[in-house]
Amino acid sequence: MTPLELTGSVSSLGYGLAAIGPGIGVGIIFAAVIQGTARQPEARGAMMGTAWIGFALTEALAMIGLAMAFVFNVS
Amino acid sequence: MGTTLLVPLEGFRPPGAESFDLPNIGGIPHFDRPMLMALLSLVVIIGFWALISRRMRLVPNKGQFVGEFTYNFVRDGIARDQIGHDFKKYVPWLVGLFSFLLVNNIWEVFPFFVFPTVSHIGWAYGLAIMSWVIYNVVGVRKHGFFGYFRRSVLPSGVPVAMWPIVIPIEFLSNIILRPITLSLRLFGNMFAGHLLILIFVTGGEYLLLESESLLNNAVGVLSLIFSMAIFGLELFVAAFQAYIFTLLSAQYVGASLADEH
Repeated sequence: MTPLELTGSVSSLGYGLAAIGPGIGVGIIFAAVIQGTARQPEARGAMMGTAWIGFALTEALAMIGLAMAFVFNVS
Repeated sequence: MGTTLLVPLEGFRPPGAESFDLPNIGGIPHFDRPMLMALLSLVVIIGFWALISRRMRLVPNKGQFVGEFTYNFVRDGIARDQIGHDFKKYVPWLVGLFSFLLVNNIWEVFPFFVFPTVSHIGWAYGLAIMSWVIYNVVGVRKHGFFGYFRRSVLPSGVPVAMWPIVIPIEFLSNIILRPITLSLRLFGNMFAGHLLILIFVTGGEYLLLESESLLNNAVGVLSLIFSMAIFGLELFVAAFQAYIFTLLSAQYVGASLADEH
């Protein structure tokens, strides 16, 4: 008898793996913004504009992973 | 005790992609809830902007202030920053895009609907195709077909030896992948947000009302309370995705209008 039986598709695990990279990327982007703001507070507005674009482009990877997790959801 | 903790949710069907299949309203083909919400959003948006712009005063009242703030936000924060010199032509399109997306995304957390329009991917595809056509047509009109094509697939200053690598990558990224990521980002965020709300609410309801264990009931209450925080997060995500979609569309237009330096 198995103590805990898991059934279903492994695509959710795949999505978890796919989200690691974008997670690190988004963390790096906002770490850079925080550092930049600490060094030069008046440049915050300009940095945030660029940071949102970078965030959106990085996050797209995680969103493609989410879509793929549903596309390949065959159990 | 151990077994009841390990297998507590027999009979619970977690929400999935099939939770997004909605029936047609009144049996009319293609007229489902997203269609109703999109049509309603058109009425709301056109009514709002018509009401705001009809009675403009030098000293604005509250409604006029909201309208002017939104318009200024799109014009100065998005269009002028991203497009640059000739931004005025594109402001009406960007304001329309932003208000359409804002209203339609906020339906996600609005009572009676609680469903984002663009979580049916056709809506996201349509909006992304519109942006794709606009930035390509604008670039072709500015630089001519071959001029625009050369600019978009070949950044200036790339050595000839790198051309076979750079040209396919830039073509793929600028012409093919841009509309796909634009639509998938919007769709994925709204889809994931709605799924998150569904999981918190239906899971909390199941744990509270249909589970035998007292611990599960307590966790169900916690889950339902926490779903309010998720609604707040989704309100932010809805506004943010409307902003990002408009910002990236403006940036693509700005990039295809840009002169080489």
